[in-house]
Amino acid sequence: MNFETIIGIEVHAELSTKSKIWCGCSRTYGAETNTQTCPICLGHPGVLPKLNEEAVNLAIKAAMALNCEIATDTKFDRKNYFYPDTPKAYQISQFDKPIGSNGHVDVEVDGEMKRFRIERVHLEEDAGKMNHTGEKHSVVDFNRTGSPLIEIVSEADMRSPKDAVAYLERLKEVLSFAGVSDVKMEEGSLRCDCNISVRPYGQEKFGTKTELKNLNSFSNVLKALDFEETRHRKLLLSGGVMRQETLRYDEAAKKTILMRVKEGAADYRYFPEPDLVRLEIDEAWKERIRATIPEMPAARRERYMSQYGLSAYDAKALTSTREFSDFFESTTAAGAEPKAAANWLMGEVLGHLNKSDETVETMKLTPESLAELIRLIAEGTISSKIAKRVFTAMMEEGAEPKAYVEANGLAQISDENLLRGYILELFEAHPQMIEDFKNGKDRAKGFIIGQIMKQTKGMANPALLDGLFHEEIAKR
Amino acid sequence: MSLFDHGVAKLHTLLKEGEVTVTDLVKESFDRIEATDDKIGAFLTLNEDAFEQAKRMDELAKTSDDPLFGMPIGVKDNIVTKGMRTTCASTFLENFVPAHDATVVERLHDAGAVTIGKLNMDEFAMGSSNENSAFKPVRNPWDPTRVPGGSSGGSAASVAAGQVLFSLGSDTGGSIRQPAAYCGVVGMKPTYGLVSRFGLVAFASSLDQIGPLTRTVEDNAYLLNTIAGHCDMDSTSAEVEVPDYTAALNQDLTGMKFALPEEFMAEGVAPGVREQIEKAIETLKSLGATIETVSIPSVKYALSAYYLLASSEASSNLARFDGIRYGRRAEADTLDEVFTYSREQGFGDEVKRRIMLGTYALSSGYYDAFYKKAQQVRTLMKQDFAKVFEEYDAIVGPTAPTTAFKLGEQLDDPLTMYANDIMTIPVNLVGIPAISVPAGLSEGLPVGLQIIGNYFDESTLYRVAHAFEQANGGFKMPQL
Amino acid sequence: MARITEAEVRHVAGLARLAITDEEVTHFTEQLTKILEFAEQLDELDTTGVEPTTHALDLKNVLRKDEVRPSLPREEVERMAPDWENGQVRVPAVFE
Repeated sequence: MNFETIIGIEVHAELSTKSKIWCGCSRTYGAETNTQTCPICLGHPGVLPKLNEEAVNLAIKAAMALNCEIATDTKFDRKNYFYPDTPKAYQISQFDKPIGSNGHVDVEVDGEMKRFRIERVHLEEDAGKMNHTGEKHSVVDFNRTGSPLIEIVSEADMRSPKDAVAYLERLKEVLSFAGVSDVKMEEGSLRCDCNISVRPYGQEKFGTKTELKNLNSFSNVLKALDFEETRHRKLLLSGGVMRQETLRYDEAAKKTILMRVKEGAADYRYFPEPDLVRLEIDEAWKERIRATIPEMPAARRERYMSQYGLSAYDAKALTSTREFSDFFESTTAAGAEPKAAANWLMGEVLGHLNKSDETVETMKLTPESLAELIRLIAEGTISSKIAKRVFTAMMEEGAEPKAYVEANGLAQISDENLLRGYILELFEAHPQMIEDFKNGKDRAKGFIIGQIMKQTKGMANPALLDGLFHEEIAKR
Repeated sequence: MSLFDHGVAKLHTLLKEGEVTVTDLVKESFDRIEATDDKIGAFLTLNEDAFEQAKRMDELAKTSDDPLFGMPIGVKDNIVTKGMRTTCASTFLENFVPAHDATVVERLHDAGAVTIGKLNMDEFAMGSSNENSAFKPVRNPWDPTRVPGGSSGGSAASVAAGQVLFSLGSDTGGSIRQPAAYCGVVGMKPTYGLVSRFGLVAFASSLDQIGPLTRTVEDNAYLLNTIAGHCDMDSTSAEVEVPDYTAALNQDLTGMKFALPEEFMAEGVAPGVREQIEKAIETLKSLGATIETVSIPSVKYALSAYYLLASSEASSNLARFDGIRYGRRAEADTLDEVFTYSREQGFGDEVKRRIMLGTYALSSGYYDAFYKKAQQVRTLMKQDFAKVFEEYDAIVGPTAPTTAFKLGEQLDDPLTMYANDIMTIPVNLVGIPAISVPAGLSEGLPVGLQIIGNYFDESTLYRVAHAFEQANGGFKMPQL
Repeated sequence: MARITEAEVRHVAGLARLAITDEEVTHFTEQLTKILEFAEQLDELDTTGVEPTTHALDLKNVLRKDEVRPSLPREEVERMAPDWENGQVRVPAVFE
């Protein structure tokens, strides 16, 4: 029997605000445990939430970037459940009026364009972090409690683990480019849960699904879903019945581990949050946010190929991050030839960054200076060899290329008369070389040019020199 | 003679003239508490620093301009006070010392009022008799075999007994007005959103409101002046201009029109109460007001809607008392035992009953039939009241159908108990203000006249209540 | 409207994390049934098309600026915690 795999994904992304969603506590990652809490996020008696405007802005932005319709009238609801990491014993979330709905992303998987629909994007608060200290106890750090989150719920549109990863990679890219989240799975600012089921081809009814929780990298998403897909198929083929389960992926054992069997739907007793008032997102507000959304990476790649003639490979590399892509665009905007800018960025710049602690945001190189460097090469003011030396100074000291070239006498000698003079002088001194060259000994040319480079300390314009050499030798 | 007989305005003058010191006022409070609280049981915690504070303030008294400067106040124990135990009269919070102050407490401090201590109440403000306090019942100063009403029983009794000049209570379904009526003091439930709820331990978030309990209408206006107004920490706080409520006093009632809902004078009203209210109505007429009987049919459904909504919100609001971060944690081996045992041991019967009701009403399959339905009824009630206010300046009637009942008399039957709130509950559901003002005695027990106003029209309530109080003789101190 | 059963009372107590005795189950079943029967009177009212009221006042878009304010000193969190270990609140083990 042939089976079809059905996958749906819930992604949680922490929004890049300064403070938490209901209170002024910082939400910086990595602070000492329980130092970023207050009576509000700890759910002390008598406290009330107050909505962080920026959290709403970022949620709208994310939903827009994911092609969602944005709700005009929306509100918050309480989702009630007891857990030590949830101080109020309810999570303030959005139940029936999510900020965004009916979105999608288009992704190419194995050469085929696929549209994965997004059911909803809603705004909610994060829970604290449980840590486990031995067999008897767990401990709770409430620093993360009340950080603003968006939950992005896909339709069950993915048909393979590969689809799932492609969807997630696109989501991560979009959220990152939109600047709404720093999407670091290792820091928990991006988390995903996957639902998977299989059904015989042609069957309309979905099979029983299992839920994979706390997947901490895309490679584990792939492995865990692969494992589950096979497990589901084998079980069904052997006549078994799938249970509705929640599982996690054990990296070392390379298999999924049962966390709990789900019995019926959880009863969260949702009701409208009485401590918060309704949210009305009017057209002006929507427009204000829409204006801040940058061009998304897929569109940029398309444009880099059509407008700049870059290869698909280059276009992808240049859009690996928003910062990198923006840097590239600023460099071309400053007048650099796109292909040259792309080569410098993907070659020298990335090479340099890989060897240091710097990032595109922190490095000393500016788009304007890189554009100037490229211009100096194109104009023949410096050779590519010298250019690398100038580039090193730009990266390390923030040198301005033109000024640096002048100050260090690095400009090429492109004075025709001067270079011709050198050639004629050497022809006079070494007539044998002319004979040798005409007899097909290329070494002779190398000798002459080498001598001139020596005399000019390498500053002679090599292309010009080469041309002049041939011109003069032809006269002999 | 008690210093508190003077009231805020006169005491302020005496303080400025140096005739009275803040220490005198604080001493008056503590002496009276010492002498009477064994009988009354109004206080759960006393402010040990009160005399120190008073001493520091004595030097400043002559130059202080705030009328509340140096005035001793009692605060209901569901309003959080930084560094001062706040229990909500629950075993769960028996040793809970908050890390922050409620907005109203901050405003009182800024005005210079001296917190004398924390006042007893029904556990988490659930009850109408104060018998649901986990620690001790409060007794009515007019008759210690009777209840003071609830849930702000300690707030009302302490003022009636002269233990403090005034107090703060909270009102979710009548919890300020009903005890004020039972104890013969003035109690105001302001418009929802007028007084910040930040720092009020939530019972039913969409109904709760803090308000003042005082001997006189004038003092009530002074206290509301201080605590009312927009608060940045409370999203449901209204952005309205707060008038000087004392400016509304000393006006007559000529030309005013009041509605008397026939539903408030139905058969459940005790004859003695009816008699006093009828007299009160005559008094209001003699002051120049016109009174007409009206019908507000939806009032009949208020009780049902209220118990569904309030219990639903309470079941969620009280879920944070889980034994994890603060408060009681029971000995337990598993996490689920921490939750269930801590809550089992920490909550009393009435609290459990309401949590059960609310959890049930919100659970899947019942939400539409209960919670949503109740919210729709609320909409109908709002419409009904809006119609009344198109024609009338205020609504008048009894605050409660009976006078204070005996301790233990109604504990067993929740429905009878809940029926005490029938006249006060509609006000919370609609979100409008109402005041209870003493309207004489029936068989030696106080009766309260309730005056209900339109949104943010507290000034009208003070005007009417003050005129009535002046005509009727004002505060009477029970013999203790 | 459904009558509440003892099984439902137990289920609801579970949702609310209240440990209740058999005696209490009987007691609550009786009392909640009474209250709910009383609440059935709401059915008399036709509320078709009536918007529910969540808030007495119709406020909207009450927002705060994204500004960081000081947090509580950790000692305060520790002071209140019933059980504490190395800067964190300790609870019986949760296996997940």
